[in-house]
Parts: sequence; C-alpha cells; structure tokens
Amino acid sequence: MKSAVITFPGSNCDRDMDVALKKFGFNNKMVWHQDVELPKSDLVVLPGGFSYGDYLRCGSMASKSKIMQSVINFANSGGMVMGICNGFQILVESGLVPGVLLRNKYLEFICKNVYVKISNKDNSYFKNISNNILELHIAHNEGNYFCTKDQLKEIEDNAQIAINYCDREGKIEEPFNPNGSIKNIAGIFNKEKNVLGMMPHPERMIDPSLSGDDGSIFFKNLINNLK
Amino acid sequence: MIVNEKIAIDHGLKKEEYQKICELLKRTPNITELGIFSAMWNEHCSYKSSRLHLKKLPTKGKQVIQGPGENAGVVDIGDNDAIVFKIESHNHPSFIEPYQGAATGVGGIMRDVFTMGARPIANLNSIHFGSTQHKKTKNLLRGVVHGIGGYGNCMGVPTIAGQTSFDSSYNGNILVNAMTLGLVKKDKIFYSKAAGLNKPVIYVGSKTGRDGIHGASMASASFDEKIEEKKPTVQVGDPFTEKLLLEACLELMEGDSIIAIQDMGAAGLTSSSIEMASKGNLGIEINLNRVPCRESKMTPYEIMLSESQERMLIVLENGKEEIAKKIFDKWNLDFAVIGKTTKSKKIELYFDDKRVADIPVNTLVENSPMYDRKWKKAKLPKKNKIKKEDINNLKIIDILKKILANPNICSKEWIWSQYDHTVMGDTIQKPGGDSGVVRVHGTNKAVAASVDSSAVYCWAHPLSGGKQVVCESFRNLISVGAKPIAITNCLNFGSPENEENMGEFVECVQGIGEASSYLKFPVVSGNVSFYNQTKDQGIKPTPSIGGVGLIKDYTKMVTMDFKEINNIVIVIGKTEGHIDQSLFARVILNEKNGPPPEINLFNEKNNGETLLKLIDDNLIKSAHDVSLGGIITAVSKMCIKGNKGINLKKPKYLINEIEYFFAEDQGRYIIEINKKDQKKVLDILNKNAVHYDELGTINENMLFLSQKSKVTIDELKSSNTNWLIEYMSK
Repeated sequence: MKSAVITFPGSNCDRDMDVALKKFGFNNKMVWHQDVELPKSDLVVLPGGFSYGDYLRCGSMASKSKIMQSVINFANSGGMVMGICNGFQILVESGLVPGVLLRNKYLEFICKNVYVKISNKDNSYFKNISNNILELHIAHNEGNYFCTKDQLKEIEDNAQIAINYCDREGKIEEPFNPNGSIKNIAGIFNKEKNVLGMMPHPERMIDPSLSGDDGSIFFKNLINNLK
Repeated sequence: MIVNEKIAIDHGLKKEEYQKICELLKRTPNITELGIFSAMWNEHCSYKSSRLHLKKLPTKGKQVIQGPGENAGVVDIGDNDAIVFKIESHNHPSFIEPYQGAATGVGGIMRDVFTMGARPIANLNSIHFGSTQHKKTKNLLRGVVHGIGGYGNCMGVPTIAGQTSFDSSYNGNILVNAMTLGLVKKDKIFYSKAAGLNKPVIYVGSKTGRDGIHGASMASASFDEKIEEKKPTVQVGDPFTEKLLLEACLELMEGDSIIAIQDMGAAGLTSSSIEMASKGNLGIEINLNRVPCRESKMTPYEIMLSESQERMLIVLENGKEEIAKKIFDKWNLDFAVIGKTTKSKKIELYFDDKRVADIPVNTLVENSPMYDRKWKKAKLPKKNKIKKEDINNLKIIDILKKILANPNICSKEWIWSQYDHTVMGDTIQKPGGDSGVVRVHGTNKAVAASVDSSAVYCWAHPLSGGKQVVCESFRNLISVGAKPIAITNCLNFGSPENEENMGEFVECVQGIGEASSYLKFPVVSGNVSFYNQTKDQGIKPTPSIGGVGLIKDYTKMVTMDFKEINNIVIVIGKTEGHIDQSLFARVILNEKNGPPPEINLFNEKNNGETLLKLIDDNLIKSAHDVSLGGIITAVSKMCIKGNKGINLKKPKYLINEIEYFFAEDQGRYIIEINKKDQKKVLDILNKNAVHYDELGTINENMLFLSQKSKVTIDELKSSNTNWLIEYMSK
C-alpha cells in the first residue's frame, strides 16, 4: 500500500507519521508543500504540527499551499485523506470536512491520553476494527470542535462523526471532554467518508513502551482495509 | 555622540573598566565600539566574577567529547552516537515579561544544541517562583508555563521533565532555567571555531530588529522599582522561524559546506562574530549594510547589540554560497553574505562605506576583566534539638497529607500537561517520574535526563548543598535504570559584589566539584546567572543541575509506580533521622534553622551503583529516590502512581516514627522487589555493604501503619493532585 505524508513548514509530526506508516507496512513517501503533484497513493496524510506557526488561524495558510489543490482533487475523486491534529485543522480550513476548531475551552494546551469511542465503522478507516474504544493521545491548543446547528444536524444525519471523547467504558459525557468540543467530537468524516480529520495522534501510540499501543490497532486495521 | 566615562557607566561598565578599554584601544572608543565592549564585558557574557572558580570544576571523563567552552557539552553514548546538552538561565527577562522571557529561553537553548549539528530530542526546565501568597506568583507561573509550552510545542521537541519550586526569596526574581538534549553522530559535530582566510561569513534566519538591545546587560544587573521600564530589552520569540532554521541548518550540515557555526544568543551579532574569530585566532570583517534588518534606519550600534531571536552566523567554505542559499531559500529564511574572515585578528565593521568599529579581538576576550571577588565562608549551622513534646501529638497521616499538598511536593501535572511530552514518538518516561526518558530513535538505547536544585540546603550550607544537588541528580538517573554520564549546571545566585552571595557561589561550586569528581559525573556545560537580586535582597543560592544518563537496553527501564500486590518494599541507605532543613521542619514545625543533611559520597556511589546492578539483573520492579518529605512521602508517591497501597512496618531501630518517616537523610532509594527475588536482592545488598531496611508489603489501596493510622490512596492522591489545580483556578 502506498501512502504520502505532506510536510508543511512547521509540521512536526511528519516524521512520526512516516515511522508509523512504515512500521505497519505502508510504502510511504514524504511530499513537500510546494510540490504540485501527489505521488500515486492509497492514502494521503496531513500530519500534526504548527504549519506556518499557526499564524492567522491554525491550518489556514497551509490550506492554501500549492500541494493542497492536488490533495483536494484527490479527495474529491474518492481518495483517502487523513488529517491528524494540525492536519485536521487544515482539512477544516480547506473545506474538506465541515466545522471549525476553536481554542480549547480552558485556554490551555493539553497533552494527555484520552479514550475515544468509534462512532461509525462503516468506512475504510474503521471497518473491521476489533475495538469500539481506543486509548489515544492528544496534544493541542485548538481542538475544540464547533459547527452550526444546521451543520451538526447534517453531520449527524450523514453519520459523519468518526470518534467521540469518552471514558474507559465508552461513556460519552462532558467530564471526558478535554477541550469543549460539541458532542465530544474528536474526529469527523466528509459526507463520503473518504476524508477523516481527527485530533488524537494514533502515531504516538504504536509501541507498548510509549504512552500506549492502541494506535497499532488503528494502523493495522487501516492497512488491512486498504489491501 | 562622543563617548565619555558617564556614557560608559550608563552602559553598565565600571569606571576602571572604561579606563582599561581606552588603554587597550589607545584611544577613546566610539559609541558602537563602546556598545560592543559593554556587551562582551558584562557579567552574563564575560563570566568575570565566576571564571576563576569555574576553572576548578571537573570537566573531563571517558565519555566527554566536548566540555565547557562550546555552545554545549557533548558526551559519547556509543555506536557513533553522541548527546549534546546544556542548561541556560533566562531569569531576568522572564520576570519582566514571563511569556516571551521563558519562550526565548527555550528557543535559545535549543539553538545552542542544534548549532552543534544535533537534532534536539528533549527539553527540560527548572522554574522557581515566589511565595504562593505573593500577588505576582500566579501570573508569572502561568506566563512562564505558557511561554515554555508555546515555544517547545511548536518546535516539536518533547518536554520530558522539570522542576518547580516556590520560595519567598524568588518574590522579586523568578528563575527560569531551560535545558535541551540533542542527538548527533559523533563524526558530524559542528563547532564555533572559524578557520581559513577570506572565507565568507553568512547571516541566516530572522531579520534583525530593535528588540532585546542590551538584554545581556540587563541580565547582569540587579532589579529595582523601575524594572518594568526594561520591557523593551526582552526579546520576542518566533518558534515557527526557529523550526525552519533548525531544519535548514540540519539540511546544510548534511553536506560539507560549514567551517564554523554559532547562534546569535546573548549580545547577538557582537558575541557570535567575536567568539568565532577569537576561537579561530582570526579577524572578521562585516559590512553592516548587508545585515537583513526588520526596521529601517537601524544604526550600527543597534544592529550589533540587537538580540533578535532565531539567527545564526556561519563561516562557509568558499564557493558553497549558492548551495547554502538554496537551502535557506527553500525554508523561506533570510540569507546574506555579510563579511569574511581576515588575518587582522580584529573585528572590523563597515557601514555606509565608513569603518565604524575597529577592535582587536583579544581585547574583548582574553583581556576582558576577571575578578577575584571577596567572599565569606559559611559556617555549618548548629543542629536543632527537636523537642519530644513538639512532635508527640502529631498524627503521621495528617502530616503526610499536608506535605503531599505542599506546593513544593504536590503533583505538577497542571504544568507538564501543557507541554507536549510525546511528540517525536520516543518518550518512554514522561514528566512526573524521577527522570524523563527518550529512546535514541531506532535503537535499543535510551537517554534519561533530570534537572534538580535544592535551594534550601544550599542556603543553609552552600558546600553541602552544592554536593547534594549533584547527588540528587545522580540518584534520579539511577532510579530509572540509567548510568549517569555527565551534568550541565545553571548557577543562579545573587550579586557577586556582595561577599555573602559570592561566598554562596564559591562554596556551592566547590561542593558541585567535589561531588561530581567523586561520582565521575563531570560538568560539560553550563551557565552562570548572577544579580538575581532586587535592591539588596538576593535569592537563595540555586544551582540547578541537569543530569544525563544512558540506558543501554530500554526494556530494562524502571519507573516509580508500585507494580504488584504482595511485593516487598525496601529502603536502601541508612536513615539517621535528619530533620533540620527538611520539608517537615519547615512546614510542620516552622523551623528554618539547622544544617542540611550530610552527604556521604562513598555511600552515594556505592548505593547507586549497587541499585544499578540490581536493575540490570532485572530484580527491581519499581524504584524511587528519597528526597523532600522523606521515606513516607516517597512511598506515597509510588502508591499514587501505581494505584496500590502499602502495609508499613514500624522502624526497628533508633528514633521515633516521625523522624524515621520524614527525615531527609541522603543516599536513599525505595525499591520494590518480588518475594521470590528477596534472597538474591538482600545477598547483593549485603555483599556490597549497602544498608537497607524492610519497609513493608504492597496492598490493594491503603497506606496502612496501624488500625488508628491509615489512609486510602485515593485520599492521598487528591491531596497531592488538587493543590496546584485549585491554586491556578482561583
């Protein structure tokens, strides 16, 4: 399986994502933001970090960079595009997924493990995944997902919510919401479910020596789904 | 402007120093030259009060590749890998403007590390604030934490450990010490020594602005009531540019274009160009019109003294300009050839076709002032006699809860959860343990690092305190299973012009030297911060020690959380019941006098090395060193982390229970072992003549001394975790 990770100026999880994708069998290529064309890929990843220093608005300048037109075309033709953390912010800014990401409710950067419940398995990302709940890691300042009432209705009608923050047992309640996101939303799809944006970093949880190993479950399942 | 003595004094120079400048130059300096002298001769850059004493520190060792004198120290960790590391203070600016002060402190230390060709792999920090009751403390703490996070998180370097303390002596002078570790191939280390004539001198990074002018001079003076006016001397950081600069520099370093490279830190273009020339025994000629400027009409004086961040000076091989420029263009950074190396051994500056400065390099460096300041030796205070009636009515559990909720003991998760500690995907021990640990990417090795200070001990008796901090660093590394390699020190003191403060400095340095020499734990880098003082009041002497150690096989790493019910818990090292200067004495007895605990370097080494052997033999399930708050505080933290309880035995010998459990005797560790390993472990301890006491066995969820004296771990946990969160939310 072929994947591509885009490096924007200020991306800082691009290497981590490269390491993770290769570990689980992807043939990954790094792509520079000023490139015009994507290499032939089964999956394109917009990694975490602080593209363009998060200046103006997180993800906003990166969403206008040269490579993004190809990414948008790729997504519109059904290609799988995944944005993690800052990558999610870029997806939102480029309009590939609905809504916006605001500053965290308590106005502080949060770095910790969280539980998320997979809310929709009818897609290439989570199909066949053995777990309903994953322990993942978040590290962000602007992960507070927000959208209008109408958008929310549309999102729910189309089953676009991918994952929600929850507790160990899968209870989706306010105390387990780390950043103030509407409905504890941690990740969201586009209508067609080929584009996924999420705040948690599965690439940081790929080895039992690290903060956890549930990222491995995610990546193993992902590559199997793509085969 | 014609320079005179008054102008020189306004630049922070002493009358005699100004006279010496005139003698060295055989003329009166112009204003640009005076600015350059004041920047190079201030305490921060010249180490004029400390040099004499720092020379005595042990700086060599089998694994030391580079000791003090470069941008950072370098140690060998095998397989052609090396670790570059250093700690540095950013105290003065952080008090004036906490966010930018702390942020640029972090940015500066990372630059020191990647200047040497190393990719930063971990950040640490040691931060100290005034009393929690003081009106400024909360805002300063919040600002500093946001600043450290704001910079480090954006750079994508994990912050893996740190230390925070509160003490009223920091009310007017907070301390912000930032440390970075980087990884480099041993044969790809870059140095700041210029070489070769007519080599192009290159400026890269951000443009030069008017920020931070006289920053280093500001950091070389005491504070007074007009300190707020100093805000413009604080630099403004841009971590995004630094991230680009990091990637661009590392990309250029893959080739063979660079002869020497030096970041522009304190005193900016002045100190970077002079250091490169001085080390290479060369001259440098710079055309200041070619320096990329952010603002128009900047004068030579301003350009030379600006401390704008995220800039580097490089001496390139001839003909490599185009290759280098292409890389910096790719990363959208300024690139300018601003001068060349010369044989003149002078620093010569041109502006608008006129020579605006012409100074022999040796007058700025070798001939810079060095003082043998007067200092006062500290006496060892008399031991206090604790009265039985003072402690007989105290209830251990009540004291324990109070101590766990003390600002200097309580959980600092509110702080470190704001730092990205997992980016780069190699953090295997996060903040909150004895040391932070990161894997050496793609290998079985891991590097442990810790940062420590014990201002109270140093204040009570600087010589013992200095030794103690080094030992504590040693223990924190050993507790995670790392073999200690070397240290970096950040020496935060009051005014060197005050005999008592100077005495504290001299004796702390002596203590650090004795301990690091005995433990074969050499000092490879560091920095001195004097004048942490408001009017006549200096801070408690606060040397911060950053220790680095190696774990050869990271699967053997140890953590402090209790692992399994029924396992046995042992304390290694002897408990004599030293209460003076303990947290217990200060918080519970309100007693501030007496000597700090004694340091026995033989025991430190022997106990530590024996524990390392036990860890290497896979006999240790968890370990934690005993420090502030004594045995019971250490054990409680292990309970809280592991969500387990303990049945504690009554001490068999000496002293009453309270002294046993709260004393701060040194050289001790708590270890957890499996029953089946008990004989093996005790044999090894006995064979090595290590004193130990059995403390108890692990249970489900209760710290149990007796039916009357017990508490659930949940209760201890809430005492420990809630204090800081509540304090910051009020």
